[in-house]
Amino acid sequence: MTALHPGHWDISELQGSPRRRRRERLVGRLAFAAAAVSILISVGIVYALLFEAIQFMLDVDWSRTWGQIGWIPRQGYVDLPTIVVASLWVTLIAMIVAAPLGLAAAIYLSEYADARVRRILKPVLEILAGVPSVVLGYFALRFIAPDVVGNVFTSAAPANLMAAGIGVGLLTIPLVASISEDALAAVPGSLREASAGLGARKRSTSLKVVLPAALSGLTAAFIVAVSRAIGETMVVYIAGGAADSAVKNFDPTQPGLTMTAAMASVASGTDSVAGVGPTFQSLFFVGLLLFLITLLLNLVADRFVRRFRQEY
Amino acid sequence: MAAPAIPTDTTGRAGEALERLRRRPDIGGRVFQLALLSSLLFTLLVLVVLVIQVFGDGSSVITGRLGGFLTGGLSSRAARAGIAQGLRGTFYLCLITAIVAFPLGIGAAIYLEEYAPRNKLTTFIDINIRNLAGVPSVVYGILGLTIFVKGFGFRSLTGGSTPLAAGLTLAVLVLPVVIITTAEALRSVPQALKEAGYGVGGTQWEVIRDHMLPYAAPGILTGTLLSIARAAGEAAPLILVGTITGYLTDVPSWFDVSQIRGRFTAMPIVITTWARQPQDEFRIDNTAAAIVVLIVFVLLLNSAAIVLRNRFEKRREA
Repeated sequence: MTALHPGHWDISELQGSPRRRRRERLVGRLAFAAAAVSILISVGIVYALLFEAIQFMLDVDWSRTWGQIGWIPRQGYVDLPTIVVASLWVTLIAMIVAAPLGLAAAIYLSEYADARVRRILKPVLEILAGVPSVVLGYFALRFIAPDVVGNVFTSAAPANLMAAGIGVGLLTIPLVASISEDALAAVPGSLREASAGLGARKRSTSLKVVLPAALSGLTAAFIVAVSRAIGETMVVYIAGGAADSAVKNFDPTQPGLTMTAAMASVASGTDSVAGVGPTFQSLFFVGLLLFLITLLLNLVADRFVRRFRQEY
Repeated sequence: MAAPAIPTDTTGRAGEALERLRRRPDIGGRVFQLALLSSLLFTLLVLVVLVIQVFGDGSSVITGRLGGFLTGGLSSRAARAGIAQGLRGTFYLCLITAIVAFPLGIGAAIYLEEYAPRNKLTTFIDINIRNLAGVPSVVYGILGLTIFVKGFGFRSLTGGSTPLAAGLTLAVLVLPVVIITTAEALRSVPQALKEAGYGVGGTQWEVIRDHMLPYAAPGILTGTLLSIARAAGEAAPLILVGTITGYLTDVPSWFDVSQIRGRFTAMPIVITTWARQPQDEFRIDNTAAAIVVLIVFVLLLNSAAIVLRNRFEKRREA
């Protein structure tokens, strides 16, 4: 570097060496490129779905997508109500399991547990969140279906949608708990103190002050969990009881295919090779439906999250 | 003027009523607290039952023929079937995912936290990433199938349904999570540290490289390694990408790198395929044993995350 002479400042000396500046510019551009990849991914997803989904919509015999005996792509029956209703059942059952358990866990961790108890109990949720979904699928098939659902509903099939739904629910508990806990923790302590100052007991404070104050965040937790449950594939694919096709059946104690499991079946089964009509393209059409549903849910949840961030 | 005295006299009627109220046990509150706690204990119970079930089911294979199970290939005979190809596939998938997702994810997070101007494009990228994190994994499978397996340009690179194509798919799948956790870790760097870096004449990149990244390293490492563990357990995108669910005849060596462009399978796929077989030897014994191996693999990744985090945290304190 050239020596600096007081009184003879040159602008280039203040800028630092050209090599250093070039490197700065390069790093900035590389970082931008990395961030731009995320946009490319979104474009890629939409392109991948739309192209073949439109092909499906043009080619398919629409009478075969409604009021058929079931989802049997091999024979050209792509009855949408069959898989949509199965998805709704699985999601409903999952939420019946995950919403109360996740919310209760969040209230306990946020309002009642001291640091020591938190340190012991929080990892339980973290471990559960790390269990691969194929493992929960196996558990649903081996334990929940025969020993839980089978005991309550004696007419239940050995593998069924209800067992899969409970499995999905267990999988979503950590998600509900962590977002709910964030929402409860964001409620300012002054509200709790004011409530206690008025003579309210801990339970009244938790239920009548903290919970309503965190409502938008809790709503977000619920919506994100619904979105996750609809998109869960492997638990239903393994424990749903339907091999590669499902007969229309609105009873959750019987086998079924959700939208996601139907996609996995089409992709893995022999149905993808040969079939009547645009069988393989049905995969993309169902995928597009799934993508739009989860996108809508995520956008709504995002709105709620931002609201509770703004409030406090 | 004296402050009004707080009534301490508990002999009066009002005082008595107050005292009764205070001494009344809060049974409802206790029950409520217990109910909340039991929801957490129930979750713990589920985990315990799950572990007992899986280890119980897998014990015959694990105690009986663990060596052959780990080194054997897929087979139609349950007593001979092994998971060597699945393990190798999962190992390569994790490797490719890490190589692709880490630099991209950390780079994107650095851009969003440090370089990005506050404009509409940045907001859009931000919302876009959060939405990508919520896209179901099976939809990423469709992306992988269309772009990485069949898309032109990529087809000649990946060679079709190969570990390379699947690894790229998983990298794209975990990328949003890597970005979000890295950005959070960068945000936790104290402002004073950055200012000190600039104060001694560091450029933006020098401050990021020498001060921010080392400080944020524990958080970044934990987040990224957890996302690799997630990639190791994903099955849905692999099914879509065309991972072999039937038989793979050859068991090539672990270090034959050319296999990243060959036919492959992975642990979650092996588990799924076996779990759907009719025979109990596959459906129960082999599946559970494979699950035990997968869980051990994922736990190793998680503990590596914890060990690395602790080392970095210690260095930060020093």
